[in-house]
Amino acid sequence: MNVALSAPALADAGQAVPVESRSLARRVTLLLLLPSTLWFLLLLLLPLVIILVFSLGERSPVGGYSAALTLENYLNLGARAKAFYNTLVLAPLGTLVCLVAAYPLAYYLAVKVQRSRSLLLTLVIVPFWTSFLIRTYAWIFILGGKGIPALLAMVGLEDVRLINTPSAVLIGIVYGYLPLMVFPIYVSLEKLDKRLLEASSDLGAGAFETFRRVTLPLSAPGVITGSMLVFILLMGEFLIPAILGGGKVFFVGNALVDLFLQSRNWPFGSAVAMTLVAMMLVIIALYLKLVARYGKRGTEGML
Amino acid sequence: MWLRSYSTSLYLFLYAPIALIVLFSFNAGRSGLSFECCSVQWFGRAFSNPFIMEALGTSALIAFCSALIATLFGTLAVFGLERAGKRVRLFFDAMTYCAIIIPGIVIGIATLIAFISLFEVVNPLLDMLLGAGLPRLRMGLFTVIAAHSLFTMALVIVIVRTRVESLDRALLEASADLYAPPLETFRRVTLPQIAPAILAGFLLAFTFSFDDFIVAFFVAGSETTLPIYIFSSIRRGITPEINAISTVIICVSLALLFTSRYLQNRRSGA
Repeated sequence: MNVALSAPALADAGQAVPVESRSLARRVTLLLLLPSTLWFLLLLLLPLVIILVFSLGERSPVGGYSAALTLENYLNLGARAKAFYNTLVLAPLGTLVCLVAAYPLAYYLAVKVQRSRSLLLTLVIVPFWTSFLIRTYAWIFILGGKGIPALLAMVGLEDVRLINTPSAVLIGIVYGYLPLMVFPIYVSLEKLDKRLLEASSDLGAGAFETFRRVTLPLSAPGVITGSMLVFILLMGEFLIPAILGGGKVFFVGNALVDLFLQSRNWPFGSAVAMTLVAMMLVIIALYLKLVARYGKRGTEGML
Repeated sequence: MWLRSYSTSLYLFLYAPIALIVLFSFNAGRSGLSFECCSVQWFGRAFSNPFIMEALGTSALIAFCSALIATLFGTLAVFGLERAGKRVRLFFDAMTYCAIIIPGIVIGIATLIAFISLFEVVNPLLDMLLGAGLPRLRMGLFTVIAAHSLFTMALVIVIVRTRVESLDRALLEASADLYAPPLETFRRVTLPQIAPAILAGFLLAFTFSFDDFIVAFFVAGSETTLPIYIFSSIRRGITPEINAISTVIICVSLALLFTSRYLQNRRSGA
């Protein structure tokens, strides 16, 4: 019927017009949704199902996949234990450092700044908009031999190696994901009723006590959302370890690139990928549970 | 007070690396890692390097096509969702959420395997129908376009939908009351109001596709996009040429994103 999106008008029309044009309206709706549904099914759902099937298969002699039904790939996950270990240590650690670094900035922007707040906020987001690859390789300058180590050598600290160490990867992580952490925390702190802070100090609470008992609990939704976003993205990280870890500090993402593009062990790679997705789903489930407990206030800062 | 100086130093932390890249692209020396002031020669070198130019062309073509598909499919979906039932909407919410939150690496792997499995079925069929020796389907431009348009479509859906939901219904009803046929209402009332959001979605989709490395890395086959070129170059060592092209990319994507942002916020007051 109409392509204009007047929901109320459509509801009226739906009751008034005969059945034929109602089924026409339904067909138009179907037609509008068809391309995107196809895209989601063919390029998102189907590929995920194929990975699941592959992960239960066997490696064919020439690489690639041959059909089978076995759990062997999953039982073999230990072969890449180091990648899982690195990811499961550095992803939570990176998230934590991001959180600790981001919170004061978000607090400053939401509570202390009066003028030019939107400019300062935009300035936090801008780096996140520019190419992740370029921002990450910029750290090769800073952490490489002629960067910070050279400066340290000048003050007498010789032989400090930064590039290709876990610290370099951690710095890259904090740098890359800091904006994503600041934003949700800012959103929840900005909505915080400032009178609560005054009330708390009127009742004799010190600055730290007010922070611990009022500000922090009320900004929990933002903290949870930010941490979840950063953690999920970190679990699938490839570029930062590849560029700043120099093959010594590798994540599951790097193992996946190796398994799919170099050693072409697809069934095992699929099992690794499925395990990664499963771990993410667990975290998302945990997140939804936490959100249900703290209310939905923080979820608005999601994108 | 310490909050203020801490925040200032975080801003420095955020911008110093970007500033370094820009600075080093004006390097007069040949080394990628030490700086001599100042020259624009590397911009000239970068723009006359056939590999860089080809990669740039490939990236631009992929970004344009995938943004076009994402905008078209995504916008149609938003109109469809306005008329659809609750269950359809839930399905779309879940899919959109998935496409955005699933890391690029998993999307890259999944589409790689799906395409290869598809080709293994389709190519023999093509050989049978059209005779052997014909070009076969393989990974390349169109697989990257397909994979990119999937996750950028999810972004378009989110952006356009936000605008559609904030549309003033009274205007639509007024138009209908004044006997405008539905199509006329769409053309003269709805479209002008949501056009900025659609354009914003397109620009955002373009930038995301242009900047993407990991998905393209998996599905590009023998094609080289600009991020893939940069990645493989820096493994061999950073050159001032790479810094120059990076500076250009930073400037172009910032310009696009500020435009997108401006269009999204215009008249919505957000």
